[in-house]
Amino acid sequence: MVSGGIREIAWLVAVLPLSAFFLIVFFGKRTPGAGAPIGILATGSAFLIGLGSFADAISRGGIVERSITWISFPSFHLELGIRVDGLASMMFVVVCLVSLLVQIYSLGYMHGDIRYTWYYAMLNLFTGSMLTLVIANNLVQLLVGWELVGICSYLLIGHWFEEKENSDAAIKAFLTTRTGDLGFDIGIFVLFVGAHTFNIGQLQSRVASGSVSTTVITVGAILLFAGAVGKSAQFPLHVWLPDAMAGPTPVSALIHAATMVTAGVYLVARIFGLFSASHAALAVISVIASITMVFAAVLACVQRDIKRVLAYSTVSQLGYMMAALSVGAATAGVFHLWTHAFFKALLFLGAGSVIHAVHSNDMHEMGGLRRFMPVTYATFIIGSLALAGVPPFAGFWSKDEIVAAAYTSGHKLVFVAALVTAFLTAFYMARACTLTFFGSYRRLPIAGGATDEHHHEHDLPHESPRSMTTPLLILAALSIVGGFVGIPGHNAFAGWIHLGAEHHGEFVPWIAVLSIVVAVGGIALGWRMYSGAQFGFGIVEPLERLGAVYRAALRRFYVDDFYLAVFVRPVQYRLSAFVYNILDQKVVDGAVNAVGKGTVLVGRAVRATDEGGVDGVVNGFARLTDKLSFGLRRTQTGNVQRYAVGLFVGVVVVAAVLIGGLR
Amino acid sequence: MPVAAPLLLSALMFAAGVYGVLVRRHGVMLLMSVELMINAANINLITFSQLLRDPVGNIVVLFILAVTAAEVGIGIAIVMMLYRQRSTVAVDDLQLMKW
Repeated sequence: MVSGGIREIAWLVAVLPLSAFFLIVFFGKRTPGAGAPIGILATGSAFLIGLGSFADAISRGGIVERSITWISFPSFHLELGIRVDGLASMMFVVVCLVSLLVQIYSLGYMHGDIRYTWYYAMLNLFTGSMLTLVIANNLVQLLVGWELVGICSYLLIGHWFEEKENSDAAIKAFLTTRTGDLGFDIGIFVLFVGAHTFNIGQLQSRVASGSVSTTVITVGAILLFAGAVGKSAQFPLHVWLPDAMAGPTPVSALIHAATMVTAGVYLVARIFGLFSASHAALAVISVIASITMVFAAVLACVQRDIKRVLAYSTVSQLGYMMAALSVGAATAGVFHLWTHAFFKALLFLGAGSVIHAVHSNDMHEMGGLRRFMPVTYATFIIGSLALAGVPPFAGFWSKDEIVAAAYTSGHKLVFVAALVTAFLTAFYMARACTLTFFGSYRRLPIAGGATDEHHHEHDLPHESPRSMTTPLLILAALSIVGGFVGIPGHNAFAGWIHLGAEHHGEFVPWIAVLSIVVAVGGIALGWRMYSGAQFGFGIVEPLERLGAVYRAALRRFYVDDFYLAVFVRPVQYRLSAFVYNILDQKVVDGAVNAVGKGTVLVGRAVRATDEGGVDGVVNGFARLTDKLSFGLRRTQTGNVQRYAVGLFVGVVVVAAVLIGGLR
Repeated sequence: MPVAAPLLLSALMFAAGVYGVLVRRHGVMLLMSVELMINAANINLITFSQLLRDPVGNIVVLFILAVTAAEVGIGIAIVMMLYRQRSTVAVDDLQLMKW
């Protein structure tokens, strides 16, 4: 435990964006810039504090933990607190930086949007929620942030909810992540029952000291991981993330790089002491992560929508991070989270810039954009190389560390899956870049212009405004240098994060060479297949030669169809019909109506009692009093002498009694 | 000391006062009847003071005389004001304070 320093005020990092949310919601429309400057200022300040906190964590190490009592019962103590270590501080920097750049970028991208102010409010709530999750020192507070992140993603994915497709995607995202959250909730409960604490630090130390039973650890860890599966879009709950592309592109960047999907990875890294204590849990994670990374990478290869390529890529890369955690190389996983945040935010914002210019998501309609959009082109290529794992870009260092760790720790499955994924990643990014930026521009004004509301002003695409390109340049720079902090042999990053009980991936030269070869091979194949491809009105997709596999991949390997048939349809038609017709109409309404009728009857009885009984007594007393007083008041004649007679008679009587008493 | 005579006088005076208060209509006569009753009480006090050789009774009578003088002053003033306002001092004509 370390005291003092800027980390004492680290709670501001979460509070600032949350305050900005309230300010923007209530006053945003009346302030200049319609709320955007408030959000940028708040997130910028939070970023600076986060940066200071990270610097402090690097230079002095240790953990700053502060808390106040939230709820206290004899058997149940819940606190509200912060736990600021290197890992949390790193997340501050990543989340705030990406959020800040996304907000600056949105100035241009969302200009003139119908819910512009609301959009900025939500971005800040999203950021604040994620930071609440990051900073939390106990699982319940973490859950609060976790769920807030979920609801924000729902609201932002459905930002343009006027189109049914978008609101469907929002509902899908929410329900799918909720499915995992159910496990998360139960997991917290199991761990509380088993370890008697919500506190993250206490939980891990109790696990380490062996006072918690192995069953509790394994069950708790797997249940918590179920939450992470939902949030971090791991197989089989990955289906929501590609559909989440329905939201505005900057939101996608935020979700994919910083504020949502990394939450699952962060959770596992945060309580790595728990996960590393259970081999069963790690085995489950490694299998799921391996399936996820390969599965999603294959799907990414066949997408025509540029954002969907990136979405599946994110799923795949999250699998990478989870895999790293599962082989014990927690630092490598977090390091990949760090580098991935930069290049994936860059790629999404770049894709947004392209979509902004072309007004289409379909890569088959793009092509040759490198001539029209030089900045977007250059930065997108940098991001792609980083993602593909080409040295010296950021992605290479983190990816190589994971592959090496998988090999040296003897996880053959993860090792092979990671290499296959690396190849596929390089391939689909080469495909995306070639289709988008090389060749000739295929979107002719006649082709899609008639349905496009802005058709009059862009016969040809043009570069995006400076507010959009500046974040691209910053992120491109970070995608180049971001990996240098974790170079093998001088791995400063591992020292910053300090995760206990981990397996360090050593540098294995032949693996590094192998992963470079794989990456370059993937790129070469992608380039070869797509640079010469002819796209006309009858577009030919070279991958169609794969036949059934291609068609299955286009259908997302029927996972979504399976869910639709098994869960959605029965719920939609039978269960909801049952709930409506029988449960709601008969049972619930019947009960409500019966209660209503009963109440009316009781009311009538009470009314009769009240009017007949209670009122009768009250009125009777009143009438009696009236009668009596009517008689009595006649004695008040106003004649003084009559009063005097009464007085005299009274005195005589009293005197008589007294005299009688004396005898 | 023979006390029968003064006590009999006192009783007669008191009875006369009571009769006056209850029967006479004239306000001034009422006040005078009240004076009769007070002085009947005074005679009683002096009588027993002498009988018991205790001077307190005499002293109290002196106080009562002083207070009575003030009381009569106020009483007469009320009767005068009544006469000015209502042109009568007959008490059975003054029956405003009734139901």
